[in-house]
Amino acid sequence: MPLTLEEVRHIATLARIRMSDTEAESMLGQLSTILQQFEELKQLDTKDIPVTAHSSDVDTVMRDDKVSNSCKKEQLLSNVPDREGDFIKVKAVLE
Amino acid sequence: MSMVDRHWILPVGVIGFEESLNFQHYKEIRDMVLSDIIALTVHGARDLLDRREISSVELTQMALDRIQDVDIKTKAFVTVTSQEALNQAVAADVRIASGKGSFLTGIPMQLKDNICTKGIPTTCSSKMLENFIPTYDATVTRKLYDEGAVLLGKGNMDEFAMGSSTENSAFSPTRNPWNLDKVPGGSSGGPAASVSAGESIYAIGSDTGGSIRQPASLCGVVGFKPTYGLVSRYGLVAFASSLDQIGPLTKDVTDSAMVLSAIAGYDPLDSTSLNSPKPDYTKSLTGDIKGIRIGVPKEYFVEGIDPDVEKEIHRSIEILESLGAIVSEASLPHTSYALSVYYIIAPSEASANLARYDGVKYGYAANSEANMWDDLERTRQEGFGPEVKRRILLGAYALSAGYYDAYYLKAQKVRTLIRQEFESEFKKFDVLITPTSPSVAFNLGEKTTDPLKMYLNDIFTMPANIAGIPGISIPAGIVNGLPVGLQILAKPLGEEIILRVAHAFEQATEWHKIRPEI
Repeated sequence: MPLTLEEVRHIATLARIRMSDTEAESMLGQLSTILQQFEELKQLDTKDIPVTAHSSDVDTVMRDDKVSNSCKKEQLLSNVPDREGDFIKVKAVLE
Repeated sequence: MSMVDRHWILPVGVIGFEESLNFQHYKEIRDMVLSDIIALTVHGARDLLDRREISSVELTQMALDRIQDVDIKTKAFVTVTSQEALNQAVAADVRIASGKGSFLTGIPMQLKDNICTKGIPTTCSSKMLENFIPTYDATVTRKLYDEGAVLLGKGNMDEFAMGSSTENSAFSPTRNPWNLDKVPGGSSGGPAASVSAGESIYAIGSDTGGSIRQPASLCGVVGFKPTYGLVSRYGLVAFASSLDQIGPLTKDVTDSAMVLSAIAGYDPLDSTSLNSPKPDYTKSLTGDIKGIRIGVPKEYFVEGIDPDVEKEIHRSIEILESLGAIVSEASLPHTSYALSVYYIIAPSEASANLARYDGVKYGYAANSEANMWDDLERTRQEGFGPEVKRRILLGAYALSAGYYDAYYLKAQKVRTLIRQEFESEFKKFDVLITPTSPSVAFNLGEKTTDPLKMYLNDIFTMPANIAGIPGISIPAGIVNGLPVGLQILAKPLGEEIILRVAHAFEQATEWHKIRPEI
């Protein structure tokens, strides 16, 4: 197995997803199979090959720093799960 | 009440629309046209509307009736927006009467549920966004509204567009109109099934690794993924930003050209949008493909492909040859690596894009833990389905310290190799022809337990996203009562040559006219 259960748990923590034992175990098997498939890329010599991050040639796009209309505050806040007035409520960050 | 019911706004009938809808006329044409609406194309509807043989309100009501009749079986819609549709149809009729209509004015359609619609839920078929109501329209939505399009509702999909069967929808799987035991493909299974079943005249989907072309193939419709950057992705819920592209699902190639003409074009709101001339794609439908150089890449005809599908594709190639095209063998040696490249790059980008779902600003919030971090982890555990979690974890792993070079960087380099070999083949050929999918539609549940097996459905469509090139899937045969799709690929911005070849093939065949009985 290219992966261990501890590693699955570690990645889940990095990705901020809680996972039950059953979930983690089933992920371990599935992710391992997929990672084994990726091994085939090792056959290819890519030493001098540049990377492709994007398929188009569009580079950094700039725009004028001009003020324009955007969404109304109330509209934007309408999707907030928990709010108090115009504030978004979150639980304590610090212990 | 199931989750899907919450969004299920049943067609309201014609209450309030008495002035626009002449009941007697509606009843007469309904009986006459109902059988035809299932096969009605965008250009067919355009003719009827322009000749005043039908109004947009009548056409829209007919589509809503059809949805009410068959969507219980197909589950192609997540949300039906009857009231909005009829309002838009009334406005479209006014516009048509004043002579200001364009290609799509008054024609009812469906948008995949990852395309933002202001004031209308956009769920991505996920529990995470079940109650999310966008505060703005995607550029594609706005462009279609500007054309006077009528929105029937939002199309079901694999959650966050991750999947090849629409079984990953958090609400309900979509079923294939040709055979309800079969999947419609995915992730744009709702759009493909709604067009195939005659619930919408056309639909808009998104394609990250084949999510327009593969379901189009499995449902017997035309699905077009344009060049990366041709259609603005502003307002498309991001999955894998270097691969995502929006495109049309239609009943024929003429419709595909019409819809693409409406949605393509530069958008300053999408920093990857191409600033290229915007042609009228319908002008490329000349019917003439004499001397067109067609390459058939041998790597797409390998073990694992259904021999009957392969036979249909070869027969289709002979048809193209008989129309004057010059056919010879092509080679794309790195094709088999596309799967690994795709399943490193797409999940990596997804893990970053989906980090925004934190239950704070919008979307699902578990709100069951004492502190913020626990709440965040719980929100994401409960809000995401298994495939989405699998891909987030895969991406987080590929990007994590110690593995970045071996996976993500390596995949980006092999991506270059795949891109380069397409570039080199497109010096020799105008288009490449391949099967869209290695098989026809498979049974629901057949591949859900084995992710890798599911991923193999997209082996012929992923390379186009990796290289950023355009590709279409058109109906090209029937095997065991299920449709076969032919894929036509071209170099970046080669949309016109693709449409020309696809249209010529369509003129010479009848496959696109066969509709499922549902």
